Amino acid sequence: MTAPVTTSTTTPLTSGPLTSGTAPSRLGNASHLSCRECGATYELGATHVCAECFGPLEVSYDLPAITRASIEAGPHNIWRYASLLPVPADVASGPNTEPGWTRLVRADQLARATGLRSLWVKDERANPTHSFKDRVVAVALAAAIELGFKVLACPSTGNLANAVAAAAARAGIRSVVLIPADLEPQKILATTIYGGTVVAVQGSYDDVNKLASELADDREDWAFVNVNVRPYYAEGSKTIGFEIAEQLGWRLPEQIVVPVASGAQLVKIDKAFRELAALGLVPETGWKVFGAQAAGCSPVTAAFEAGHDVVQPVRPATLAKSLAIGNPADGPYVLDVVRRTGGALAAVTDDEMVDAIRLLAATEGIFAETAGGVTLASLRKLVASGQLDPDAETVIINSGDGLKTLDAVSPTLPALTPIRPTLAEFAALEAATGEAGRA
Amino acid sequence: MSVSVRVPTILRAYTGGAAEVATEPGTLREVLASLDASYPGLGGRILDDAGRLRRFVNVYVGEEDVRLAQGLDTPVPSGVQVSVIPAVAGG
Repeated sequence: MTAPVTTSTTTPLTSGPLTSGTAPSRLGNASHLSCRECGATYELGATHVCAECFGPLEVSYDLPAITRASIEAGPHNIWRYASLLPVPADVASGPNTEPGWTRLVRADQLARATGLRSLWVKDERANPTHSFKDRVVAVALAAAIELGFKVLACPSTGNLANAVAAAAARAGIRSVVLIPADLEPQKILATTIYGGTVVAVQGSYDDVNKLASELADDREDWAFVNVNVRPYYAEGSKTIGFEIAEQLGWRLPEQIVVPVASGAQLVKIDKAFRELAALGLVPETGWKVFGAQAAGCSPVTAAFEAGHDVVQPVRPATLAKSLAIGNPADGPYVLDVVRRTGGALAAVTDDEMVDAIRLLAATEGIFAETAGGVTLASLRKLVASGQLDPDAETVIINSGDGLKTLDAVSPTLPALTPIRPTLAEFAALEAATGEAGRA
Repeated sequence: MSVSVRVPTILRAYTGGAAEVATEPGTLREVLASLDASYPGLGGRILDDAGRLRRFVNVYVGEEDVRLAQGLDTPVPSGVQVSVIPAVAGG
């Protein structure tokens, strides 16, 4: 944060319409970009990779005093935290999808079912396209406009595709979305409806991501939200952490369980907690961060268990497609956060995931997408293994909506047997099943 | 036949701005060494001081991520394209 801003002498900044020296001044309290690997610093601009070491760049800030009251006076969406994001101060006035301020649900029945004393679910279904991705896309879009980009693009496992297509439509700019061709039909439909360009790519998400990375290098006025404007985009996930703290009454939970795909969400929630504590907005209490992965794509969990600090890529094989990133870019930082805070990582089977989706629905009325199921199933596994303290207050993230991943659960649900509209048939059905309406 | 290597923008200062350069077939380690001989300094951006692939660079031989193949020992036959891509992913 305190390193002086220098301009690389080895090479110009990476792809994007801006060049060094024309950095915008309208990115709020953001001050510069810094390399998370080697610490080299860069002016704010359309760059995402360190020219010295290939390390990812991260936004740093020069923050003024920020009070709880100033945040509480803001809108009921992520822009109440605009002063802690790389966006213009007047960001809320432009056309955007106004994501965030989702419910933090006190989950007493689920707590009893899982043996926890105090459990909360941060339920991201209420975002405009029904996942947390609306948060990161809104921040990426605001920054991309300031940086001079003309097209909003992404490689996606589905939720991001929905969010990018919707946000671009709302802002009146073109979107280009690249998805694996075998994505859930609901997620494809919920992208094409917005009218942007959707390209189905044969291969895995990692193959799609490779193509997007090459395109981002080639199309200089395209903002690939999670590639060449990633330093700005990723900051949007901090708002999940800010909201949890504010909704708990300006304090931090003792434990949090977060799904891990690229790993950025987990890392940024931890960053949010650290920023709030550093600003004096919450008491400086300790917290433990836990990561959740599907067993069919668990490269970070494998590295954690093996004691490694690098992540060996895998080929994903899981129903949890939103978590099916075999080469997670933020994996090493997930390991850092989990180890620093005393947390752990778990990986669960698809069957355990589906059981957890059904448990969350039956106990709290929340129909989670597969990533939410992986997160709850991981919580159960971490409790059973003694790694997660059942007496400590715990938050889990449900990052998206089960209506987008119906295929994962539909084979496990009972088929219905229609009856004629008579009391006699209803009574016969009750007698046959023990409860009305079920086959 | 030779091997073509796609160079990302941040490394094109080493190749005189060329987005694609040609070299001889071999293992990936040999390909990178020969690139470094032609474009001094380029190899050090892709490999760390211990000679391993840097943590945040992905190298593909054809469509194959070399970390899923044989790493720096991955064969690079004639006519195949090698791509060097910064590692970013998500979502």
